[in-house]
Amino acid sequence: MASKLDLDPRIIDRARQAASDIADTMDAFIRERTTVAVERTTLRLLGVDGVDEDDVPLPNVVVEHALQAGVLSEGITRHIVRAMLHTGRDAQTVSEAIAEGDLDVSELPLIDEAQIQELGEELAAEAMARISARRAERDDFLNRYEKRPAPLHYVIVATGNIYEDAVQARTAARQGADIIAVIRSTGQSLLDFVPYGPTTEGFGGTYATQANFKIMREALDEVGEELGRYIHLCNYCSGLCMPEIAAMGAIERLDMMLNDALYGILFRDINPQRTFVDQYFSRMINSAAGIVINTGEDNYLTTADAVEAAHTVTASQFINEQFALRSGLPPAQMGLGHAMEMDPTIENGFLFELAQAQLARELFPQAPLKYMPPTKYMTGNIFRGHIQDALFNLIGGWTGQGIQLLGMMTEAMHTPHMGDRYLALENAHYVMNNTRQLGEEIEFKSDGIIQRRARQVLAEACQLLEDVRDKGMFDTLAAGTFADVFRPVDGGKGLSGVLRRAPDYFNPVEEALRKSLDLTP
Amino acid sequence: MAVVGRVGATPPDLTRVRPYGDTLDDGQVQTSFTLPVPCGEEAREAARMVARKMGLEDPQVYHMQDLGEGYTYFLVYGRFTEAIDFTQIQVAKVESERMDFYAINAFIEAQIGRKITVLGACTGTDAHSVGIDAIMNMKGYNGDYGLERYPMINAYNLGMQVRNEDLIAHAVEKQADALLVSQVVTQKDVHIKNLAELIDMLEAEGLRQKMVVVCGGPRISHELALELGYDAGFGPGTTAPDVASYFVQEIVARGLA
Repeated sequence: MASKLDLDPRIIDRARQAASDIADTMDAFIRERTTVAVERTTLRLLGVDGVDEDDVPLPNVVVEHALQAGVLSEGITRHIVRAMLHTGRDAQTVSEAIAEGDLDVSELPLIDEAQIQELGEELAAEAMARISARRAERDDFLNRYEKRPAPLHYVIVATGNIYEDAVQARTAARQGADIIAVIRSTGQSLLDFVPYGPTTEGFGGTYATQANFKIMREALDEVGEELGRYIHLCNYCSGLCMPEIAAMGAIERLDMMLNDALYGILFRDINPQRTFVDQYFSRMINSAAGIVINTGEDNYLTTADAVEAAHTVTASQFINEQFALRSGLPPAQMGLGHAMEMDPTIENGFLFELAQAQLARELFPQAPLKYMPPTKYMTGNIFRGHIQDALFNLIGGWTGQGIQLLGMMTEAMHTPHMGDRYLALENAHYVMNNTRQLGEEIEFKSDGIIQRRARQVLAEACQLLEDVRDKGMFDTLAAGTFADVFRPVDGGKGLSGVLRRAPDYFNPVEEALRKSLDLTP
Repeated sequence: MAVVGRVGATPPDLTRVRPYGDTLDDGQVQTSFTLPVPCGEEAREAARMVARKMGLEDPQVYHMQDLGEGYTYFLVYGRFTEAIDFTQIQVAKVESERMDFYAINAFIEAQIGRKITVLGACTGTDAHSVGIDAIMNMKGYNGDYGLERYPMINAYNLGMQVRNEDLIAHAVEKQADALLVSQVVTQKDVHIKNLAELIDMLEAEGLRQKMVVVCGGPRISHELALELGYDAGFGPGTTAPDVASYFVQEIVARGLA
């Protein structure tokens, strides 16, 4: 693809190198640690599910048990496998015994390490096979069904009731939606466990549970079969259970996950150390499952100004790209995020937005970029809002974004009505179909407003990334550089769930993931 | 062409007001909604019946769209033939005088004589900080600086999903003079419960009268705010000077300075 922005490749290389250096320093930090969430995820992948008599998920019960016994830093797998060898039962039965107080992992007899490793690896191979099987199903659907032009149309459902969500999702699919995201109940990101079973009550969204994933997956497969199109399912792989959600998504064949390296730190005040370790593991799973991640740079612009802070979005995209690469996630699965959030009354604001979207396209040519709609300047004037969304759709199609989260004219008023979603899909289809090859026809004026704006944003992003590299990631977060929020390394939620790995830490699932993703052990 | 009849538009009778489409008193209203019925002529009639029950005469379904799964969307126009008496309307409004950035700071300096402390938060499950950010953040909104820019105000934006107990704890710790609570996107009226809970908790702690407490958001009116026990409420389109003008005057009036 020829550059329409006349970007200087040397500055792009410098920016990417700085982001790479940042990710490298974090990589070493991450590899020395595990978290309660990573260990719970491992248990889930070993086949542990369900809740105890107090509705506490078994993965939480078992990990908490090992933590109390002071043996979690070796990894939960060794203890579970030892218990399995000792009792001759499977991981689920052993976990139930722990929950009932019939089994204490710290009182098990020593068992030959080679035997433990062998069974651990066998279980990990089974987990990998389950993930691969779901991935193959998706590939099969995508091969058989109609190819859809980019940007794919992404809409949300958010009724709070999974069964109601399924109805809304099916209507959206019939109206042309390609991707259904089930918004989570607000506050779920701060729960240090994943709720269990189908749920019918949530606020502003529906709880992410494995049962809910399954219900929605079946609804979308059914309507997709009828329409001859694959309907992608998206959820939120973020918050304190980030990697667990990834595992559940891999098992239930979700297709996309909101999964950002910094989002939880900045916007949910989750501890930075916890987030970096969790995002790393979650991205390996997403990668292996063929799940496209969506990063959350759009959020920066809801707190900071979109004109002044545009470069922080670009810088964060570079950082997300490098973290993703270190988790084995290929560019084709990187839905790097950005948004159209400038004040619509700015003269030539459309040109700046166009420059930003084209810049992202050229910096990350293989990534299915996730483009987010106006929210900050949506006013309740739904008629103007609908036009703002039309301009947003124009840029999305023109600059070849991969995933277009369709704006709702009732944004900032209420969760979308069924009719709002229809109007949004009609808007997107009209604008994008009507201008399908506009981007191939139009070039930008040399050294004009658009080129100059893009070059300026890139230069500022490069500068910021080099500053972050020099200052260090943790100090940068503490200094409020991103989104105007300040996050100290020891602050935020979930720090107590971060552990240094013992020298004999054992996690065969992680090893199998690394191997399948061609990552160094 | 000769002018026939009266010259000039007929003035509206404010004791008998009805919607204006393109002629006085034509009563034209537009509405849109979805019905859980399959698209077809029965659906069109169902939409007309809904509109008639809303009090609209001669409803016209100008657009009907099959949404799938047995749902249909309608755009309907109709005539509203009742009338309301505009001259009898009384609305609870924030009565303080609106000042600008400079006047507000000067007012605090002259009348209070110290910096005042203001906490802003989007509380409960609501994750939309856009409203409180517009009031608090340095840059503000639409050309009006936010409270963080005011030299005479210590402004703390606690962000979104702040629990009422945490807001109160911060208010005590920072000795807040005013609390600004934002509620944007809500479902099943959870914002009402949440706003009421804050007041109950403040009352229980004996703090309610020690600070000015206001709320704002697209579904908030001054009247609703008063009902819920707040000092004032601010709806959509509010900017920082609107809120600050009110609370600085209220702080002085209540002798909280």
